Amino acid sequence: MPQPLDYLKETPSQTAGPYVHIGLAPGAAGFQIFERELGWDIAGPDAPGERIRVEGVVLDGTVAPVKDVMLEVWQADANGIYPHPEDPRATQVAKGFRGWGRVITDFDTGLWAFDTIKPGPVMGRNGRPMSPHLNLWIVARGINIGLNTRMYFEDEDNSADPVLGLIEQAHRRETLLASKVSPGHYRFDIRLQGEGETVFMDI
Amino acid sequence: MKPAEFYQRDRLWHPPAYAQTYKTSLPRSPRQALLSLQGSMSEITGPTFGHGNIGPLDHDLIKNYAKTGDPVGERIIVHGRVLDENGRPVPNTLVEIWQANAGGRYRHKKDMYLAPIDPNFGGCGRTLTDENGYYFFRTVKPGAYPWRNWVNNWRPAHIHVSVFGTAFAQRLITQMYFEGDPLIAKCPIVQTIPDPKAIEQLIAPLDMNAAIPLDSLAYKFDIVLRGRRSTLFENRPEGN
Repeated sequence: MPQPLDYLKETPSQTAGPYVHIGLAPGAAGFQIFERELGWDIAGPDAPGERIRVEGVVLDGTVAPVKDVMLEVWQADANGIYPHPEDPRATQVAKGFRGWGRVITDFDTGLWAFDTIKPGPVMGRNGRPMSPHLNLWIVARGINIGLNTRMYFEDEDNSADPVLGLIEQAHRRETLLASKVSPGHYRFDIRLQGEGETVFMDI
Repeated sequence: MKPAEFYQRDRLWHPPAYAQTYKTSLPRSPRQALLSLQGSMSEITGPTFGHGNIGPLDHDLIKNYAKTGDPVGERIIVHGRVLDENGRPVPNTLVEIWQANAGGRYRHKKDMYLAPIDPNFGGCGRTLTDENGYYFFRTVKPGAYPWRNWVNNWRPAHIHVSVFGTAFAQRLITQMYFEGDPLIAKCPIVQTIPDPKAIEQLIAPLDMNAAIPLDSLAYKFDIVLRGRRSTLFENRPEGN
């Protein structure tokens, strides 16, 4: 027998369940407990950049809206900088810019929406820039491990994006493009399964 | 050596998206293969939190919603460390929990179970790990409760746990179970995890050394997030 490798195993995931709101958005569960809930202010009031609203629904394999989703977003500022010490330009990140938010879907309609600023392009691997995008993480009852995906903007040049380029079936790249409803207003529907299934990622 | 990408996630250790025992997963599971990405700046960064984000009682579920007195139930401490797969502690990371009360009822407008709401129990808490990756909560042991899957399914007592780590690639939500609970082996949600050893990783042992005599029992729950490579040779995500 060779020596054992002493790595630990990652804690396995379990579904967030139907009551994820109690822990992560208690106001929506129907009670006030924390002085401040987290994740409602992604960009802060002072960050430069185009103010945008993004909204959508998450559809299941029967094309019904999923009404108990929690969705988290992680994004760069308008200059493509993440507020994180490992971004080489982190000290220049926009003032008050948080980059992270969480939203839940409406219990009746399944609609979610958040307000933020449009991110700038981010430097990708091997010096290849990535088009402006939001990183999304989706959990809900029936989702056994959180789903990662990205949202790109249909009104940006996405032709050289190295991640979109990895999607073998070119027509599926469109599942990651938010459509522009009006100036500053984007729509991004996520399809968990079936026709038009969103490209999800193992990151 | 500089930290680089995260180790590939072991998808056979985690539950698959589609798990027949858990009916709701059937229409909510992607059918196409996931797109595997090498880590870029978008994945190896993630939100950071500080003590300004949380309040002084947020980790104490016995006190954080108490109105007329303490909540009903078995008083327990839940504590442990957040580590990465290299065994290194993950300091200053946000840990959030939520749970049912001692009778198995959630304080949630969608929960209609007949067990009563406890007026003194909210059921959620949050804390930051310290410099050694250590965290603790005080709460009451949640009750088991029935749920609609097959006609007579019951959830074992459990606490939902959400952890961030330092990178969006480490984001994790899971559930902690309690040693000795006979419902664990019968639960269709637990059974979504294929490997029995992975299930054991979610079962917190009774920890008498951390119990407070004449006050609270304790359970220990260590959480492991993805580890990352070190760059032995230059291959930086941002390019060479």
